[in-house]
Amino acid sequence: MRLTCPLCGARDRREFTYYGAEDYLNRPAPDAPPQAWDDYLHNRDNPAGVTRDLWYHDMGCSSWLLVTRNTVTHEILAVEAVADRKGGAA
Amino acid sequence: MRLAGKGLIDRGQPVTFTFDGSTYQGFRGDTLASALLANDVRLVGRSFKYHRPRGILTAGSEEPNAMVEILEGNQQTPNVRATVQEVFDGLAARSQNRFPSLKFDLLGINDRLSPFLSAGFYYKTFMWPRPFWEKLYEPLIRRAAGLGSLSRQHDEAQYEKAWAFCDVLVIGSGPAGLMAALTAARAGADVILAEEEARMGGRLVSDNLRVDGQPGVDWVEGTLAELRALPNVRLMTRTTVTGAYDDGTFGALERVGLHCGPAPHLPRECFWRIVAGQSVLAAGALERPLAFPDNDRPGIMLASAVRSYLHRYGVVPGHRIALIANNDAARATARDLMAAGVKVAAILDTRPDASVVEDCPVYVNAQITGTAGRLGLTSITFRHAGGSATLEVDTLAMSGGWNPTLHLTCHMNGRPLWREDIAAFVPAPDAVPRLTPAGACNGTFSTAGAFREGQDAARRALAALGRSAPDLALPQAEDAPYALAAYWETPGVEGRQWLDFANDVTTKDVKLSAQENFRSVEHMKRYTTQGMAPDQGKNSNVGALAVLADATGRGIPQTGTTTFRPPYVPTSIAAMGAGGRGAGFAPQRFLTSDQASRDRGAPMIEAGLWYRPSYFPKPGETTWLEACNRETRMLRDSVGVADVSTLGKIDIQGRDAARFLDLVYTNTFSTLPVGRVRYGLMLREDGHVLDDGTSARLGEHHFLMTTTTAAAGLVMRHLDFVHQAFCAGWDVRFTSVTESWAQFAVAGPKARDLLATLLGEMPDLPFMGVADVTLGKVRARLFRISFSGEHGYEIAIPTRFGEALFRDLVARAEILGGGPYGMEALNVLRIEKGFITHAEIHGRTTAFDIGMERMVSAKKDCIGKAAAARPGMTGPERDQLVGLKATSPMGAGAHLFTPGDRVHRETDQGYVTSVCYSPTLDAHLALAFLRNGRARHGETIRVVDHLRKIDILAEVTDPVFHDKEGVKLRA
Amino acid sequence: MRYSGLRVITEGLFGNKGWKPAWRDPAPKAEYDAIIIGGGGHGLSTAYYLAKNHGMTNIAVLEKGYLGSGNIGRNTTIVRANYFLPGNSEFYSHSMKLWEGLELDLNYNVMHSQRGLINLFHSDGQRDAFVRRGNSMINQGDDAILLDREGVREMLPYLDFEQTRFPIYGGLYHPRGGTARHDAVAWGYARGADRRGVDLIQNCEVTGIDIEGGRVTGVQTTRGAIKAKKVGMVVAGRSSQVAAMAGMRLPIESHILQAFVTEGLKPVIDHVVSFGMGHFYISQSDKGGLVFGGDLDFYASYASRGNLPMVEHVMEAGMTLMPMIGRAKVLRSWGGIMDMSPDGSPIIDKTHIDGLFVDCGWNYGGFKAVPASGFCMAHLMATGESHPVAARFTLNRFATGHILDEEGTGSQHNLH
Ligand SMILES: Cc1cc2nc3c(=O)[nH]c(=O)nc-3n(C[C@H](O)[C@H](O)[C@H](O)COP(=O)(O)OP(=O)(O)OC[C@H]3O[C@@H](n4cnc5c(N)ncnc54)[C@H](O)[C@@H]3O)c2cc1C
Ligand SMILES: [Zn+2]
Repeated sequence: MRLTCPLCGARDRREFTYYGAEDYLNRPAPDAPPQAWDDYLHNRDNPAGVTRDLWYHDMGCSSWLLVTRNTVTHEILAVEAVADRKGGAA
Repeated sequence: MRLAGKGLIDRGQPVTFTFDGSTYQGFRGDTLASALLANDVRLVGRSFKYHRPRGILTAGSEEPNAMVEILEGNQQTPNVRATVQEVFDGLAARSQNRFPSLKFDLLGINDRLSPFLSAGFYYKTFMWPRPFWEKLYEPLIRRAAGLGSLSRQHDEAQYEKAWAFCDVLVIGSGPAGLMAALTAARAGADVILAEEEARMGGRLVSDNLRVDGQPGVDWVEGTLAELRALPNVRLMTRTTVTGAYDDGTFGALERVGLHCGPAPHLPRECFWRIVAGQSVLAAGALERPLAFPDNDRPGIMLASAVRSYLHRYGVVPGHRIALIANNDAARATARDLMAAGVKVAAILDTRPDASVVEDCPVYVNAQITGTAGRLGLTSITFRHAGGSATLEVDTLAMSGGWNPTLHLTCHMNGRPLWREDIAAFVPAPDAVPRLTPAGACNGTFSTAGAFREGQDAARRALAALGRSAPDLALPQAEDAPYALAAYWETPGVEGRQWLDFANDVTTKDVKLSAQENFRSVEHMKRYTTQGMAPDQGKNSNVGALAVLADATGRGIPQTGTTTFRPPYVPTSIAAMGAGGRGAGFAPQRFLTSDQASRDRGAPMIEAGLWYRPSYFPKPGETTWLEACNRETRMLRDSVGVADVSTLGKIDIQGRDAARFLDLVYTNTFSTLPVGRVRYGLMLREDGHVLDDGTSARLGEHHFLMTTTTAAAGLVMRHLDFVHQAFCAGWDVRFTSVTESWAQFAVAGPKARDLLATLLGEMPDLPFMGVADVTLGKVRARLFRISFSGEHGYEIAIPTRFGEALFRDLVARAEILGGGPYGMEALNVLRIEKGFITHAEIHGRTTAFDIGMERMVSAKKDCIGKAAAARPGMTGPERDQLVGLKATSPMGAGAHLFTPGDRVHRETDQGYVTSVCYSPTLDAHLALAFLRNGRARHGETIRVVDHLRKIDILAEVTDPVFHDKEGVKLRA
Repeated sequence: MRYSGLRVITEGLFGNKGWKPAWRDPAPKAEYDAIIIGGGGHGLSTAYYLAKNHGMTNIAVLEKGYLGSGNIGRNTTIVRANYFLPGNSEFYSHSMKLWEGLELDLNYNVMHSQRGLINLFHSDGQRDAFVRRGNSMINQGDDAILLDREGVREMLPYLDFEQTRFPIYGGLYHPRGGTARHDAVAWGYARGADRRGVDLIQNCEVTGIDIEGGRVTGVQTTRGAIKAKKVGMVVAGRSSQVAAMAGMRLPIESHILQAFVTEGLKPVIDHVVSFGMGHFYISQSDKGGLVFGGDLDFYASYASRGNLPMVEHVMEAGMTLMPMIGRAKVLRSWGGIMDMSPDGSPIIDKTHIDGLFVDCGWNYGGFKAVPASGFCMAHLMATGESHPVAARFTLNRFATGHILDEEGTGSQHNLH
């Protein structure tokens, strides 16, 4: 499996560390109800198909990447830097 | 028997080898199998379950029978295919899975007992009495099972791993593969051509084929000459592509030194990771055996294998040969043999309407009903259109048609498709992205067809790569149609008809599994073990499937198929794990003081990937504890020096640095004055403690964060995440400087004196202060922090000066009556002070548990704060950090009980995390987590360590045992 | 038909013609008292114990493929009771007791082999963590023995004690730990359930869950609608998809775990050996293959196949720990879809929908749990109450913070 880091180019999967679903980007407000925090930390769509998840290029440029890919075929559809994503935070 | 003038072996290079202690001659270019056949050795192995005598079935890596042990000194390699192992001078092979000898094998009795050893019999018995399973039945079964043996010696040999990248990977070098490689190469693409065999050419070098009017072998040589001359082509022989993985990544096993005998300069094998833009699968096809009673005797071989032995090795496996086949193509075997002057007793054709025109007798509608010959075939009995007959033959060539070698196309879950016309499975289109099958592996069995598809596949690959394909005329070659009538077993006969030779699965077993309702093909496979042997069912899956389909009244496509998984051929653990031996498994990190510590006799112990000194023994000390006690006292009384460089150091800069630290630490850092250091606690977003450490403010927008050794990488990743995910716009940057600075703790009442002698002028640092200092011309940093509870400093210096500074500090310390101290003393010192490490913050503890709830600022948000507020994360039912004090040793990992309670999980009150003997307090101390512990200081608790056989009482105390007020720290 | 050695002999004498189907192939009925979705280990054992312990025999197991097509037939077969957190401790202890009587209970030889499990440790800190675990095991009434380096050497002389990257300090020995034949477990429970009247329906994929007024009323399947007032979702790696049919979002992420088997070899490894530093565990099957595995591939996946980085890592771990296996050849590698929970512990609970139950979150370790999971899930489905040994496996423990995190790695699904 290979990911194309926007900064470093196509690299073997072993350069990256996987974290989890895109949900980890949507941090609730500090005073959000417990349900929101439960969803953020634990509950997942976990689709069999296209998903978006987070990978860290720790053997490369230290970018966190948002990867769009298919969990059934392992096809990688898109890779973008978390910091540059559209509608990104702050 | 070897024929004069035939074969591609090097007759100028005779070699001598042994098999089961007997010495034989072969030639360079022989496999062990061809050399044994040349010497008329037919009995090579014993089968797995019934210990049936077995010979050589194939001429390739799919061989299910002829597996041997290769011996090298006290080392041996089991389950080596005689059909793959090349002979060299001194090769020593031994048969396996027999006792006491290959000819006389005691467990041959299993063959007699076969009615009771039918598929799955073991699920139905051996249940009673219960303890007999481990004591009797299982050991007996285990001893009887298995094939070859490992030596039990460490495998000290060399293995390698490597990467390769190319535009086009071509797998297989038969006509399709060579044509694909040539087409892609001429287009200028980077090409890797991988071939499992020692010689390129596939069937072109194993069959008597003509290409463009010349012998196929010559055409192969010409083509290879051109490919070799091209700089963009890499030819890899003896290289089996073992697996297809995501995004054009393939695994491949190269046999580097295995054919050379002892060659210390060569690795035995190299495991390749090949990354290809496009790939062409041209892996050919494997001939299928036929099922008939006792079809497993030595001397019964695949028809194509007989041709391979004839054309490639100049060997005929017997003196009187018969052929049985269900197709036209196999007749080449008989014709080629006769052309070479070998007697062919008869051709048996299973088809009623087959041609009878040959230079030997031909029987149509033939079905073999039995064979004879205990250790090797002596005769076959068959019925045919005109009656029945028995023939004295010592060799039977058989062909049940061909199965495309589509295994790699299954590795990414592709499901092959059944083609009725060829009675075989072919690859599903696009089963592996960017891979195109061509030729026989695609179900196209003529040579001309293979050339054509090879070229088409290359064109397709080139188009995808954006390259134009060269104009290249297709060579002229045989284009005969593939005429076959499916034939799976001899109907209506008793006797066992083997499907899976290696696992001893017969048609009866498959039928029994259907009878017992193991009708799904996967159930059948698992129940009978069909296809789970070393050949992964390459020889037998399709036949077994057909028998199952018949037994269950379904067609083959409805019955489905089991899938093939990587690796395509069994691949050694050593090759895929090359580099992992010994210390190679993980990086080793060494302190700058490493040599200095070793010079002083310090035992170095692992701390994560680092090595740290455990203690520094003095003459006369006999135990670690003596040294540890001395070092602890030394530090409390005078001064000690320790290398603390393993702690993670992260340089943090930017206008929003302070604000950022406020977000990742529970406590506030924006209020920290420049030149000061603060202890910080970090939570995971799920509210548990992630790490702790100090951060120093070096400038308004410049911090230096310290992490624990264990969590250095984790914290770095965490900071990057929080920044990039939640506040990418903030002006803050992180750099790991762990390896840029060597850092030494200098602690004890005389620490200041020591540093004064070093620095000349000692800066007036308050407790938790930091200052730049210079050592000679070198800029260094001085922190007044302490992990020991003593007046203490840490001095940091660029790594290249680390060793010099360490030696210098230790020398100065010794003048003052101090010296270096190691991990053991460090641990005692921190326990005495109640400082925590990852023994306490083990991932399940909250700030509340360790008594740091108040460090979670109420005034601001921080990572983990919301989740830490969940009801289960605080409260009296949780275990809280306490100290324990006792008069005898406690064990970390002991559990705590209220005296008088029964000792049971239900009454468990907590557990001990860290223990030490404290020379300072002359007491045994422990840190522990105790249910509602903070409310229980002063209680007596029972400490039970079953494993270490400790059961004592201890006093529950505050976790800080020594200088609770911190007078010494601030002195 | 009862199985026994005598039966094997008499059938053998008559050509093995008399063996009866191990289970029936019934057509689904229009309605059952209870439906279990998923014919894996847990689904089949749930059905078995519903019938055996609770007399519920008008029930069906619906399996989308063939019985045992999922993880139950793909695992590395390690059976152990060596957990240390309350909640897990009593559950796996209970499971071990059920394992110890399983053959006679099921009249099926599942080859449960208590050959002993050794967890190696490589530092003082790891030793202390294992001591805590071992003491928990003993407090629970199970068995554990602390081995020092020499103790390990005596049992496993073939390890590399001199050169391995992480020196062997000792091991935690769990004599009752071992292995079992995975398929046989599925088949034994299937046959046992079938014999008690349970309908095992294969090639029947559940495609919808019918809910009316907050109550479950039945399921939609590829073989038609089937009614039931009680439905258990026991589908391991597919839990999120099936729960989504009921509008639920579970705390589960599906990951792939690979495993490996070598060609058959004469006996060399007599125990189960587990190497924490390298995340490598190995045993030798009765057929002679070395069965071993390592960590997840670490990315969410439903592909039931993995990639080379973890393959190589596992092999490297094997080579640093026991280089004598270098010349064993890997015959086959495969992957299973693991239902990873945020704390590494499972869920056996009711849902907010009346009559709908869930059993999932088995992570790496659901094979050993098969007996107790079925036992407790059956108890829950029959009585509506959690069985005491599974009482902490609630769905809402993540919301409330009553976490059962043996690894201590936190709410990241792939780290357990
Ligand atoms: C490589 C590997 C190694 C492992 N090693 C061990 C080990 O050593 N020890 C251990 O204790 N555990 C181990 N495990 C874990 C263990 O195998 C699993 O936790 C356990 O088998 C899961 O429960 P199950 O048997 O019910 O799951 P499965 O067998 O996966 O059963 C789920 C069933 O649900 C079916 N299903 C899914 N969706 C539907 C639907 N919509 N309709 C109908 N049916 C459906 C599936 O087809 C499947 O048959 C390992 C797992 C793997 C993959
Ligand atoms: Zn990058």
